[in-house]
Amino acid sequence: MLKKRIIPTLLFKNNKLVKGINFNSWRTVGSVMQSVRIYKMRKVDELILLDISATNLNKKIDLDLINEVANECFMPLTFGGGVKTIEDISNILKSGADKVCINTASINNLKFIKEACKIFGSQAIVISVDYKKKSEAIEIWSNSGQVKSNKVFEDYLKDLEGIGVGEIILTSIDKDGTMEGYDIDTIIKVNKFLNIPIIASGGAGNFENMLDLLNSTNVSALAASSIFHFTNKTPLDIKKFLFTKKVPVRL
Amino acid sequence: MNNKKIVIIDLDIGNVGSVKRAIHHFGYRAIVSNRHEDINSATHLILPGVGSFDEGMKKIHANQIKEILVEMVKIKNIPILGICLGMQLFATKGYENNKETNGLNIIPGLVKKLKNNTEFKLPHIGWNNVVFKKKNKIFKNILDNSDFYYIHSYEFICQDEVSIIGISNYCNNFTSVVNQNNIYGVQFHPEKSLEQGLQIIKNFLEIEYI
Repeated sequence: MLKKRIIPTLLFKNNKLVKGINFNSWRTVGSVMQSVRIYKMRKVDELILLDISATNLNKKIDLDLINEVANECFMPLTFGGGVKTIEDISNILKSGADKVCINTASINNLKFIKEACKIFGSQAIVISVDYKKKSEAIEIWSNSGQVKSNKVFEDYLKDLEGIGVGEIILTSIDKDGTMEGYDIDTIIKVNKFLNIPIIASGGAGNFENMLDLLNSTNVSALAASSIFHFTNKTPLDIKKFLFTKKVPVRL
Repeated sequence: MNNKKIVIIDLDIGNVGSVKRAIHHFGYRAIVSNRHEDINSATHLILPGVGSFDEGMKKIHANQIKEILVEMVKIKNIPILGICLGMQLFATKGYENNKETNGLNIIPGLVKKLKNNTEFKLPHIGWNNVVFKKKNKIFKNILDNSDFYYIHSYEFICQDEVSIIGISNYCNNFTSVVNQNNIYGVQFHPEKSLEQGLQIIKNFLEIEYI
């Protein structure tokens, strides 16, 4: 049986691990490598590493960092931040990441994503979709939540599936960092029309939030960040709890 | 122990670095190559791979290594480990991207899309348990039903059931570990499956060819 993955998301800016609220008011919460080593010891299901300033500052991708992280972990590793070209993807995968996460470049150029899926395979391409709810509409944002796009939510997600994207990280900007629970309504909606795996992100504050999400949706994984930075809970604690509630997890 | 020559076949797709790192973890050296002289002198071959069946075979043909690979594993009985797409390429034919492509044909079988529906979406990504069908050297020091990391949309349908030594379930049962003499294949990524995955690689490297 396939297990539900619990994935710590590590956001960083200038080698510092950070975490914000609603993609704002960033706080430094540690160092990247230190955190990676802890998650390696804890044998987490997977790691997502995102450079949140790369696109906006037009920075070069830190391949040394990816190499260093990959040397530490014999677990799946997803890297994102500032990925714009086929060469970027090739370099990231060669440096030791298994999957590349793309946000802004996907909104700006779907053809690039289509080509990437063809060259590297669907399994290597993860698109992160950051959204905000505005009454009935759902807006899609790029550049780490700085720029509002004109994409239509449902159409965009269907397009991504159609061109061969392997997985979607769906992040509610409204819920991000609030620790008040996932945006379950939107995730249920997306689950109905999307036939590729979804990683839900934004809002995890306690075990019950995670159980609610997994009981009411068919997401294949959940990502979380604040709960690991600001509480003493570990991914294993969460999985032990979920296991007692009959959620399939890897212990 | 140190006279092993481990060659990771370089198909120039995906992340061969992780496989190399896993081998280094046990103090062995490995080279990534598609040169005939390297393949010819290998004591252990690893065929990694992500990407599609047709692209994988295209790379094998472009590097003109099909004949030498078949000779090494079928005539010289050199141990080979196929990982993910690498295992699938052992098959007779694959049906990815709406076309039929001939494989290496070293373990008879076909590669077809996994069964799926709205509940069981593709790709099959994540940790899933392997049920051992037979006792095998490759499972040494690994518990039955251990979880391994998968990421694929196609499955290897073995013609000969005796070659199936491990199965997993996603929508349906599918073959997750195959073995025929010196030929081993795993559908999951041992190099990304923490210590139980590394143990698979260690077990493979400890298989001596006869």
